[in-house]
Amino acid sequence: MTIQVSTTGVSAAAVRRKERDTYLQSLLNTAKAAVPDPLALPTLRSQAEVLLKEHTFPSNKQEAWRFTDLAPMLSLPFQASAESPRVAANALATVQLPEAVARLVLVNGQFSPALSDVAQLPAGVVAGDLATLWQSDLQAQLAARLAKSAGSHEVFTALNTVGFQDAAVVWVPRNQVVEQPIQVIHLAVPSEGTPTMTCSRCLVVVESGSSLTLVEDFWGDHAADYFNNSVTEIWADENAQVNHIRLQREGAGTFHIGKTAITQGRDSQYVSVSLSLGARLARHNLEVYQTGAQTDTKLYGLAAIAGTQLTDTHSLIALNHPHGTADQLHKCIVDEQAHAVFNGRIWVPHDAQLTNASQLNRNLLLSGKARVDTKPELDIVADNVKCAHGATVSQLDANEVFYLQSRGITAEAAQRLLIYGFAMDIIDRIPIPSLQETLTETVTQWTRSSE
Amino acid sequence: MINEHSEVILSVQDLHATVDGTEILKGVNLEVKAGEIHAIMGLNGSGKSTFSKVLAGHPDYEVTGGKVRFKGEDILEAEPHERANAGIFLAFQYPLEIPGVSNRDFLRVAFNAHRKAHGEDEMDVFDFDDLIEEKLGVVKMDAAFLDRSVNEGFSGGEKKRNEILQMALLEPTLAILDETDSGLDIDALKTVANGVNQLTTPDNAVVMITHYQRLLNYIVPDYVHVMADGRIITTGGKELAQRLEAEGYEDILASHKMEAAVS
Repeated sequence: MTIQVSTTGVSAAAVRRKERDTYLQSLLNTAKAAVPDPLALPTLRSQAEVLLKEHTFPSNKQEAWRFTDLAPMLSLPFQASAESPRVAANALATVQLPEAVARLVLVNGQFSPALSDVAQLPAGVVAGDLATLWQSDLQAQLAARLAKSAGSHEVFTALNTVGFQDAAVVWVPRNQVVEQPIQVIHLAVPSEGTPTMTCSRCLVVVESGSSLTLVEDFWGDHAADYFNNSVTEIWADENAQVNHIRLQREGAGTFHIGKTAITQGRDSQYVSVSLSLGARLARHNLEVYQTGAQTDTKLYGLAAIAGTQLTDTHSLIALNHPHGTADQLHKCIVDEQAHAVFNGRIWVPHDAQLTNASQLNRNLLLSGKARVDTKPELDIVADNVKCAHGATVSQLDANEVFYLQSRGITAEAAQRLLIYGFAMDIIDRIPIPSLQETLTETVTQWTRSSE
Repeated sequence: MINEHSEVILSVQDLHATVDGTEILKGVNLEVKAGEIHAIMGLNGSGKSTFSKVLAGHPDYEVTGGKVRFKGEDILEAEPHERANAGIFLAFQYPLEIPGVSNRDFLRVAFNAHRKAHGEDEMDVFDFDDLIEEKLGVVKMDAAFLDRSVNEGFSGGEKKRNEILQMALLEPTLAILDETDSGLDIDALKTVANGVNQLTTPDNAVVMITHYQRLLNYIVPDYVHVMADGRIITTGGKELAQRLEAEGYEDILASHKMEAAVS
């Protein structure tokens, strides 16, 4: 008897690993090529590049990417977008918020002074682009925050740090209440024929005692292949209050991998409403890091997808001090063959005593081929806490349909009304009337009778 | 109010129904005429709530025998919304919460569904707002309730008042109140009962399903029926409810069993 040792399995895995290493290297080259560097950040960038050497391009074998397969990207050799594309002055007419007191626009990650508007900015509040502000006396303060959020070593975050060309910056000094929202639009303008990559970046600092409503809109309606690898860092200092509305509504050919990292100081509040509507594949890594006691965190999310779209929200609330509260509600409406993923981790280590946290993920499947993977993850070491979590995956509730039918509403109209309500439960939490109205109209369109 | 010559609104004959293959209703007979108020009493599991849901057309229940006629029409094949638009209203024991849909929108959609079913134009938002403000008075509800999500975060009493508000708006010919009194404190009970009393006319009818005689002090029934094991076993006037309250169900059920054995 001869013992044959098969090496094919091993080598196939090795080949795939090599392919992913090569692919990550190509993305790194693209990222580096995009940086003409008006922004001299050699240390920051080289540190991030070193981190990248330790990584490979993620595969389904990694727990964090188990349900979100990035393999379709491997066949797309993303290039840097050559030059600032031309954008018509009225291109943003439908997304500009009339309530906004200032608007910053990044086009493929590059700041557009022409599309931005900071004329009405309240005194003392800074909103502009990093390249310009880096030349001001704010440089040292910026350097202390930029890429300093926890979790910056993660592969796509590091890739962004190597390759971002500029960043939208909002800085609210101490004890200042910005009454009207500030809007940051990340406009995606793909190139026809060449898959392009963008590293969009945003840095928001709300100093002690201040308050800000930030609206981030990842927007583009072009179907060409596009990779938006974005990073937003938000600092809510002691006793600060930040409302953050994040809209992801990009084109059908877009791969969107976005990081939002929030660092919350003592007594601060962060409230986020995040909507994921567009893109071919959208991954949102939403990470909240508590750095002082008695913080309040509220995360509300809605994903509404159809076709073969995939949307993935990976959230983390990392508590490390007592008396923190966290409330999370994440909802997905999944139609046709779309696929929604939710992973919600709440980390409550020993020092986070008297934490009060709740998390709920509700999923509505509108088709037999729709798919949801959900994984609430409560990681609790502290012994005196109140934590609850739950997840539901269902079709419409038959009793709810019956209740509406018993009031004279047809089954079909009842179902539409329930889907509408399911979405509006999140949209109602957006504190900006014009945006709430636009999104209500969007939901109404989805649930309009086909009669 | 009993009037021999009134129109028969509901006629139930030998109704049998099952849920998941288990027979719950085992031959219910009931006739309700316009202007009448009926109470159906009985222990848990006697089939009272099932009866109300079968009348409203809940899809979990399968009718396996018997007839139900509403104003002379066989309704057993009708969809729940068709029954509602024909004039049957069920006030739920546990009204459902519908997050994200305001009470105002829900009421308007329901109201307009009725108008549409009767060949009328939908009422516009402003006229509807005037109408609903007026109806709020029936159950002493604050207008703020209209802009909250349907039943979400409502107390038990608020949910039941919201049911009666819907009844006031939809003006059914037959209102079935499924344990509308359960879980209510005395003030809420009076408000709800007062609301129902304002809505009764010689042309409509009410069937109340309840455990407790207490409700019947405020909404006085013309007939009291006792349900047990899927049938109505005895019928009387309002004094029957008082007897039930005083003696409990056991004696009545025992004497019924004896009568059944003798006959």
